[in-house]
Order: sequence, then structure tokens, then C-alpha cells
Amino acid sequence: MAKSLAELKAIRDKKVNEINLRHGKNGYRVVVGMATCGIAAGARPVMVKLMEEVAANGLNDVTVAQTGCIGSCRLEPIVEVYDGEGNKVTYVHMTPEKVTKVVEQHLTSGKVVDEYTMTIVDGKIISPEVKA
Amino acid sequence: MKELSLHILDITQNSIRAEASLVALMISESIADNNLTIIIEDNGNGIPADKLATISDPFVTSRTTRKVGLGLSLFKAAAEACDGFFEITSEFGVGTKVIGSFRRDHIDRVPLGNMADTIVTMVMSFGAADLIYEHNYNHRLFSFDTREIKETLEVTTLNEVDILNWIREFVKEGLEEIKEEE
Repeated sequence: MAKSLAELKAIRDKKVNEINLRHGKNGYRVVVGMATCGIAAGARPVMVKLMEEVAANGLNDVTVAQTGCIGSCRLEPIVEVYDGEGNKVTYVHMTPEKVTKVVEQHLTSGKVVDEYTMTIVDGKIISPEVKA
Repeated sequence: MKELSLHILDITQNSIRAEASLVALMISESIADNNLTIIIEDNGNGIPADKLATISDPFVTSRTTRKVGLGLSLFKAAAEACDGFFEITSEFGVGTKVIGSFRRDHIDRVPLGNMADTIVTMVMSFGAADLIYEHNYNHRLFSFDTREIKETLEVTTLNEVDILNWIREFVKEGLEEIKEEE
């Protein structure tokens, strides 16, 4: 990997300036379920798309993380979005296309994309946001 | 699973849950031997001897949320469906080694799939743990080691978007290079 050391160093130098912008208090934390169920349902392309979109939109205060099985395997791939206060919105049956919209609306301007959330349970419409 | 790389992604999550600090992934493909072998080795907690015999049984799992665990069972079934074999060895407190071997041209062998995206997704979930990835394609070798990157960047975790993007490209290009026709 020797030939790329210079390239890596350049990334690092850029990072030093940016690091203070990250992990801001108000930033969203986005969690993708990455257990057997999630992976089989297509969580990896969702994860990669999320990473790309967050970078493309310059959302430096958004952190992206993974978790194990969330417990509703039939709804995978699942993406959970936590705001600064710990309130949670759960997006289900996610695809890379849906990720684009969630990043544009929810992560960029705070508008929950209702139609992708787990708002209908047994025919009953519930609030998409679970309070901390 | 639609790709073998998804099995790899899944099984390395076991290593992380077992508190491994180092995971070694070795893939070897040989057209001459008509073989594709995947080896995943970690230095995690290991599996107690009494559990090891039944670990690839779908109704055996170490988790407490429910009574099924499909990761290893699916990998075993995939290998055995392709005239290959599955093997797991482990020493409690030392680590675990999983091997899946496939007849490369078997009609049921799914593609290896997107290794660059798989490695990136793994690195994101690894945190402070490290990954060694070696890919041998007809005796041409690609290797990748997160410890070298961390050393160069002087960081303890690689979960930053531009580092991840760089890793993705590095893996993609490296694999293309070894798979090029001579």
C-alpha cells in the first residue's frame, strides 16, 4: 500500500480542519441494522448509499453507525434516525433510492419522510416519532 | 444470500460481537483448481467446546433475544450446496476460524459480489478493531490492512467518510488489478 501513503496523508490534513465540525450536539445519528436479516434484505447497499449521500450533502454533523438485529426482521432493511435529544424515527423496507430522499428531507431540513416510516401497525396509524 | 461477500459481512459481525481486536479475511480463487475458499479468522472470545459442535445448527445461538441464529448455518448450507465444505474451529479465549470452500464453477455458487462495499461496511462497524484482507486470485495477491492506514493517519478508528471512500476505491482498484487478464 506504499504508493498511496501520500494520498492518505492529504486526507488526514484535510481531516484536522474538519474534525471540530463533526459530532455536533444537534447532529443526527443514523443507525442501520446489519445482522443476518438486514444483510440478506439489502442493508449493505443502503449503508453505502447513506455514506455517499451524507458526504455529498456535506452533512458533517451526521454520524452513521451500524447495529445488530433490531427485532423486526420482516421490515428490514431498517434505518433509525436519532435527533440530538434522542427522539427516534424508524424507516423500514429501505432502499438506496429511499435513502436519497431521507437524506434530502430529514437529515438536511428536519422533515420526516412519513411514507417510509413504520407508521402503520396493524392498520392503525401511529406517530412516526418515538420520544426519548 | 445473493453474494458470498454478504456471508462474509455477516460472519465478521460475529467476530466483532465476540470482542475480537483483529479479524483476518482470506479469499483464494483458483481457476486451475476450480476452487473458491473463504477463511475468516479472529482473536475474539472463542466458542466453548460444548457449543462448537452445534454452532452451525440454526436453532443454536449465543444471543438472548431469540432462539435462532442463521449466519453460520446459511454459510454452511451455501458451501455444501456447491460440492464444498464448511469448517469451524475455535478455542475458548483464543479465537475462532471459519472456512467455507466452494467448487468455483458450481451452478449454485453465487458470485463473490461487491467486495469493496463489503470491506467498507465492515470497516465502519469495526471501530477500534482491525481487519486484514488478503485476496489471492490465480496466485496474484491483493492485501489490505487497516493497521497500516491507522498508523499513517494516526487515528484509532476509520469511520470517517473520506477515509471510507478512499478504502472503497483502493479495494476496488486492487481487485481489478489482480483479476486483469495477463
